[in-house]
Amino acid sequence: MIERILEEADKLLKDKDQRNNIEDILTKEKLSPKDFLSLILDDDDNNLFIMAEISKKITERYFGKVINLFTPLYLSNFCICGCSYCGFSMENKNLKRIKLNTEEIIKEFESIKSHGIDSILLLTGCDRINTPFEYILSGVRIAKDMFSEVVIEVYSLEEEEYRILATNGLTGVTLYQETYNKEVYKKLHPYGPKKDYYYRLYTQERALRAGVKEVTLGVLLGLNDPIEDVFKMVLHAEYLLKKFPNAEISISFPRFRPAGTNFKEAFKVTDKMLLRFIFSTRIYLKNVGITLSTRETPKLRDALIGYGITKMSAGSKTSVGGYAKDYSSGNQFENEDRRSVEEIVEVIRNKGYRPEFTNWIGGLIV
Amino acid sequence: MSLMIGGKLIVNRLFVGTGKLPDYSVIKRMYEELKIEVFAVAVRRINLEKGTKYSILDFLPKEAKIMVNTSGARNHKEAVKIALIGREITNSDWVKIEISGELKYLFPDNEETLKASEILVKEGFKVFPYIFPDLVLAKKLEDIGVSAVMPLGSPIGSNKGIDCETLLKAIINEIDIPVIIDAGIGKPSHAAKAMELGADAVLINTAIATSFDPFLMAKAFSMAVSAGRLAYEIGLPKEQEYASPSSPLADLIRGETK
Repeated sequence: MIERILEEADKLLKDKDQRNNIEDILTKEKLSPKDFLSLILDDDDNNLFIMAEISKKITERYFGKVINLFTPLYLSNFCICGCSYCGFSMENKNLKRIKLNTEEIIKEFESIKSHGIDSILLLTGCDRINTPFEYILSGVRIAKDMFSEVVIEVYSLEEEEYRILATNGLTGVTLYQETYNKEVYKKLHPYGPKKDYYYRLYTQERALRAGVKEVTLGVLLGLNDPIEDVFKMVLHAEYLLKKFPNAEISISFPRFRPAGTNFKEAFKVTDKMLLRFIFSTRIYLKNVGITLSTRETPKLRDALIGYGITKMSAGSKTSVGGYAKDYSSGNQFENEDRRSVEEIVEVIRNKGYRPEFTNWIGGLIV
Repeated sequence: MSLMIGGKLIVNRLFVGTGKLPDYSVIKRMYEELKIEVFAVAVRRINLEKGTKYSILDFLPKEAKIMVNTSGARNHKEAVKIALIGREITNSDWVKIEISGELKYLFPDNEETLKASEILVKEGFKVFPYIFPDLVLAKKLEDIGVSAVMPLGSPIGSNKGIDCETLLKAIINEIDIPVIIDAGIGKPSHAAKAMELGADAVLINTAIATSFDPFLMAKAFSMAVSAGRLAYEIGLPKEQEYASPSSPLADLIRGETK
């Protein structure tokens, strides 16, 4: 059970001053959770350079010289949760609430596809009344005929619902726990369905049991002590890898970005810390996918190509629609990398990597 | 030197996987300048919209042999579906059955692979199952009519080379269909070694794709493969513990009468 693993993690976090030697860790074949914790707690620049090079080798071995590209599309910003850090929060009374209808969705898809994108991430807020399961199912069905990879990032669903989606073309589920600290979680999610920490924690398992092929985990860095969150998230990913050896598990490291709310992050995660988290994760979980979004600056994204990252979003908008038509609906968070898909493709090529658009891991065979 | 396989006469025994390549345009040069004829292509990576400048189908020379690959399949049913789609979009009936049992070592699921092979042979495919080196399984596959077996040398991408020589030799010695060593070959010397052991061909992706110059590395592998094959065909000398004097001297010593 993941709960027991998280309890063990708490024990190790309590003794975090007793670290293992980094040089020893980096020569080991199999690392322990304590080794991983020691890596993310380390603060030596020279070690970080070594970790970067090791990450590069491991990434090439498992994923080749390839970066997968996808584009997110917000279908709706309706939300009945009061998460203080999120631009779509119900508390945000000034936000214009909209949801795309079928015709609008198709237009947005066509616009996204015109840039060569073949992998789509569909997002909604957390609202079963305005965006019921049937709405998400309908979005997936339309997407399946236009994209090879269809991933959703919506509210947490029931296993049976994931089963229906998987048999209708859904390939992946992205869902962030936001923070693994129960107390902080409780404070930041005062009401709405997202309030239930454990229901959310078991989302990936429900999806994988239902036949979904890939899941992505994430914490919103800045909400809580990042060491605790990254440590627990990576152990959660490891647990899923062991339990579902055939599933493709990915991790995302979103850092908090201003979202039109008054929320101030509790912890600042620097670029260097983010790099250390990414490299440590790559060294600990060699075959896990790592996603980097347009929240990050072009400078950081470009520098990380080849060093642990396997998947990047490109040409992203974080308001509803926005590709075919601007609905002026307000952003969930602010983008840092506003370059077009074509520009990102060029950067990846110039770095000696191949931008990969297609990944029919489930779409072809349902 | 050439190899009859899957109903086709192949000269270059180096087969190249495409999944990890940094740039598909190198495929054409490999075909034209190195005469590499067989390219493995994962169906899951084929962009169906040709001419979008991102589809691998636009980079594969018409005369090259495409071996579609079912990677991403979790069981035989999925592998069969992927193979059928792969044949339809590439027009190639060569299929490498790759069913992963787990994703850390990328070891194949031999049981599911056998089931998929049975179905796809009946469907008229030239079947190339990627397997864990198991002679008993290889014999079963031979019986059902696959075109070759593709045992791994060591885990995919590990660059460890021929890490299970005894198991591979058993397969090479005991079955009559071609044996292609797939996965784990990291250096040209590994490829030469595989050929010296009597493998009929090797399939390489990671070592070529992730090298500093994939084209030149493919060239190096191609040379190693021909060298290893040639040596195998000539017959390699036996290894022994002590020096063996060459014959004129031996004649003098052994041939002297009392």
